[in-house]
Order: sequence, then C-alpha cells, then structure tokens
Amino acid sequence: MPDLLEGIGVSPGQVAGPVLAMGNPPVLPAVYPVTDVGEEVLHAERALTAVCEDLRARAAFATTATAADVLLAQAELAIDPVLRDAIAARIRRGQDAPHASHDTFAEQRAMFTAAGGFLAERAADLEDIAHRALAALLGSPMPGVPAPGHPFILVADDLSPADTATLDPTMVLAVVTERGGPTSHTAILARALGLPAIVGCRGALTAPDRGLATIDGTTGHMRIGVTETEAAHVQAHAAALRAGLSNDRGPGRTADGHAIDLMVNIGAAADLSAVDLTDVAGVGLFRTEFLFLDRTEEPGLDEQTHAYAEVFAAFPHRTVVVRTLDAGADKPLPFLGLPDEPNPALGLRGLRTSRLRPEILHTQLRAIARAAAGATADVWVMAPMVSTPAEAAGFVQQVHDHGLPTAGVMVEVPAAALRARHLLRTADFLSIGTNDLAQYTMAADRQTGDLADLLDPWQPALLHLLGACAVAAQDAGKSISVCGEAAADPLLAPILVGLGITRLSMSPRALPAVRTALARYTLAQCRRLAERVLEADDPAHARTIAATDVHAL
Amino acid sequence: MPQRTVIIGSSQGLHARPAKLLVEAAARQPVQVLLSIGDGRPVRADSMLSVLSLGAVAGSTVTLHAEDADGAERALEELATLIAADLDAPDPAVPGATDA
Repeated sequence: MPDLLEGIGVSPGQVAGPVLAMGNPPVLPAVYPVTDVGEEVLHAERALTAVCEDLRARAAFATTATAADVLLAQAELAIDPVLRDAIAARIRRGQDAPHASHDTFAEQRAMFTAAGGFLAERAADLEDIAHRALAALLGSPMPGVPAPGHPFILVADDLSPADTATLDPTMVLAVVTERGGPTSHTAILARALGLPAIVGCRGALTAPDRGLATIDGTTGHMRIGVTETEAAHVQAHAAALRAGLSNDRGPGRTADGHAIDLMVNIGAAADLSAVDLTDVAGVGLFRTEFLFLDRTEEPGLDEQTHAYAEVFAAFPHRTVVVRTLDAGADKPLPFLGLPDEPNPALGLRGLRTSRLRPEILHTQLRAIARAAAGATADVWVMAPMVSTPAEAAGFVQQVHDHGLPTAGVMVEVPAAALRARHLLRTADFLSIGTNDLAQYTMAADRQTGDLADLLDPWQPALLHLLGACAVAAQDAGKSISVCGEAAADPLLAPILVGLGITRLSMSPRALPAVRTALARYTLAQCRRLAERVLEADDPAHARTIAATDVHAL
Repeated sequence: MPQRTVIIGSSQGLHARPAKLLVEAAARQPVQVLLSIGDGRPVRADSMLSVLSLGAVAGSTVTLHAEDADGAERALEELATLIAADLDAPDPAVPGATDA
C-alpha cells in the first residue's frame, strides 16, 4: 500500500519516479583492531581512488564550468600522495583506516585553517573530501547530490547552496526536504528551475527504500511505494503538461512569449563540438585571447582569419559577437611588451593596450573582416574595457572602417555605465561584463577571495548600473546584453530581463536552467521583480525578494 | 640536483586550476620533482596539498628541483614552462572566468 506523506508544496508540478537521498556525512565508527596492515592500507587507497573517480564523474555533470573546476581540484586532493602516505603511516602505527583517514584530514585541515587566507577557505574542501573518504571506506553512499545516471526525485533533510552546485534540472525530477519553509533555499532554487518541490515533509528520507514515488508540488503530497502503473499515469500527465509549456527547448522567452536571446560564451570553435546549437541564438561573447596565449609573436593575419572563420561557420545566419583581444598587465602576453604595473587591474588592459600597440588591433579587425566576408554569420565586434564615449567612438570608427557594420563596446567600468547614453551615440550595442563591472564598482579585486561578498552580482549597486544601461539602450533602440557570470544565474535572469536586458550570454551548460527559469515569468512579472530587487538593502535581501512566489507578483 | 627557477605566470598564483594542471603534469614525470618558494622547504610538486600549502601568488619566484636521473632536464623544462604560463587564462567553458 502506498503511504501518503504531507508537506508544504512550494513549487507546482506533478512527477513520478525513483527516489534517491542526498548523501549525509557518515559517522566515524568505533575503533577496531587491524589484523592485516597491508590490506588495511590498500583499503584506504582504494577508498581515496573511488572518491577521486566519483568527484571527476560529478565534474562531468556539473551545471556550471566553475563548479566543474572546483570538483576537479577536489578530485586531485583526494588522490594526493602526501595525504595517502600520511594515512598509510598511521595505519602502520596501528590505526584502522577510518580513523587514520579522519585524523590525517583533520590534521591537514587544522594546518590550512591556521595558515588563514586562501588556505583557510580550502579547509572546507578537505572536510568534504574527508567525509567522502569515510563514506567510501564504510561503503555508505557518497555525500552530496546522487549521480545515478537516470532521472530521480531528490530527498534531503535540507539543501544548502553548495549542495545545489551540481543539481542538474534534467536529472532531478523534483525536490523534497524534511525541513525548510517556503523561503528556504530549496524552495527558491526549485521555483527558479521550475522543479516541483515539497518542503517540511516529515518521513521523506524513508522514501528511497520504498521504490517509486509520486510528487505533487501544489498540494504538498508525496506518495511513496506506488506501483509502476500509477507512476506511469502521473508521468504521462506531467509530460503532457510539460509539452504545453515547452520550457526545456526552443528559443529563450518569457511566459508571455517575449523573446530573450540566449547565447553562449566561447573561446574557440573547438568549444562547440559537444554543444547542441539548435536553440542557441548565437555567440554573445567570442573571446579571442586563446589564439594569442603562449606566443612570443602576434598570430598572423591568415592564422587569425582561419580561427575566426571556423567559429563563424558554426553559426550560419546567426549572430557572433567577437570581443577584440582582452589582455593587459593582469593577463600578460609576452609579445605585447607591456610595462610592469603596480596595479594591473587599473592599468593598460583591454582596449587600452591599443594605445601602445595599435597595430595589433588593426590586424585583428582585418582578420575578423576577412573571415566575416566569407561567412553568413552576422558578425558583431566589441571592445573590452572602454571608459569614455571618446574611446567608444574611436573604436567604432575603426571597426566600421574595416567594413564591419556592427560595432559595440563592453560596459565594465562604472564611468562607461554612467555614460551609456553617450556611448550609444556611436556604439551599435552594449554588452555588460558583470564580473569586471562588479570589481570596479565595489573597488574589490577579483583575485581577492576575502571580498567575494562585495563581488556578488546581486549587489543592488551593480544591478542599478545594469538597469541604467538597459534604459539607455532601450531609448536608443539598440541591443544590450549581459555576458558575465550574472547571466548564468537562473534566479537572476528574470531580474535582468525585468531591468531591460534583451540578450543573455553564458556558458553553454548554464543555458537550459536559465531558459527554464525565464519561461516561468511574464515580462510584467520580471519588471515588478526587478523594481523590488533594486530597492533591496543587500544581496541576501535581493535574493529573498526574488524568491517571491510568481503568483504574488 | 638539477634546479630551475621560474616566475609564476598565472594571475591567481598556484591555486585552483593552475595548481591542478601543475600537479597532474608533475605526476606524469619519470622523476620526482620538488618545488620550493624562497628559503622554504621543498615540497612534492605532484601533491595538490603541498602545492597549495606553498601559497604561491602571481609573480612570485619558485624553484623546481628534480631528482638527478634520466629525464630530469626535460621534466624541469616542461614544468617550468607550465608555471610561467598564464594557466587561468580564459577557459572557454568557464562562465566569466576572465571575461566580463
């Protein structure tokens, strides 16, 4: 007989499927005597290797590339030879593998914490790996979101923001937590992704042992131990509903059909090999630095032309926005011959490098124009790190002189944002790089981890500047996009649209979640959301506002 | 013991991605390679933990020490090139890694 569990429905929708629990950190078992030291050492090594492999597998499924990088670095820590040797030494001194592992990780963590700064931040990574190693040693499920390779209903005590870094909306059918309320992180995330969700659902953690379950995110009902027939019935019903919404495919649009161009950020044609481009509006940021890295001389005209043509060919009749070389004292390229600077973030970088080496920009524009001439892609060109209308006008003129009709500038400096209206007298479009704009708006170095809170794209000051640019672009009847990290945040996307942004460009992997989130709001709802968020006191408050139920808008 | 001194090219220093790439490359070498900073004690270059613990920031000078055996010079060459390069330069798959 199926059992009915009741909680608070916080995100509507009905699904059915197998249930998997979020893995909790395992408990250290009692000390046990080791009879075969050699076998115990091997046991520990196998566990660490399994942790490494699991982390690498998770990296492959991570929803953002940043999350993937974090997981890959953690995977490397799990098979660290120094850790491995220290654990083996403890086992040889008579400890059992779980305690040897636990104590070794604890010791390293204490060293990292004592060192402070960057290393102290890594202490949490070590703790996570220690939990995983213990799980592997005990044969318990790995902590974190399961990755079984098939869609499932996720149950957890509660979800933290870190837990959701690898939550894949194409694999997780619904989320049910035992704790949490309507404004919990789980509820916010589920609504952003359009996943049915129930919070405050007592007994949910017993569901994984009971086979299939059905979820109703409106009533807050979870039925566990249902038959395959019942599950199939609910699934068919859900599939029909979903087909009507068609959220998970197609071009980007709001719930009322207002088009938002969803584009991808890339560095070279090779990045596109594994990407399904069907519903991609084009490339919103084509970084050209790759071609220039590790070079003692500037790449020649033919080599550049070829590389650009490759990317243009992948987007017939679609837009490709090329960013000219973005290098400088902070991202040095030997052939630029730039002087050392005490404060590289404020120095010769981006378009400013052309003050010293104008011929490099000239060659690059020639190559882009040649490649564009042989392609059907609509090629736009923009300059990084523009501060004044005069710089914008000079760049736009150069681009037009090369026969390229669409020239824009990136808004990364507050001065540029404040004068967006004037930039648009010559520029054909604007593209906002939120990472650098945050750095310069908050006077917080992007390389300084301790200031991450100031660099949060939810800072109302940053959103305010974005809104001002969007208004200027609307008045000028010109395109405005966001291509920084903010565009990849599914919670922030409706707010950016509400501020007046019409194009979002992100890592290809972030696109499905952003598309799904956008389709949940009408344009009017996006605007009301944006208005409220601009009034927020701080990023946390802004996120709380974003968690408002869509129907209350 | 063959040595090589090199300036770190990555703007993040030897952290995160650059550290991971270095550790992986060091593990592939036929000889044991150590890494030191200033007068500090040399640590294993194939250990993520050890490389991180150096806390090496951008522009600082590190010294590679290779075990005196066949392949030492080549190992030093490869790892020195890697350390000098800008390893956290734009990664196409990373949203906002250096763009924007």
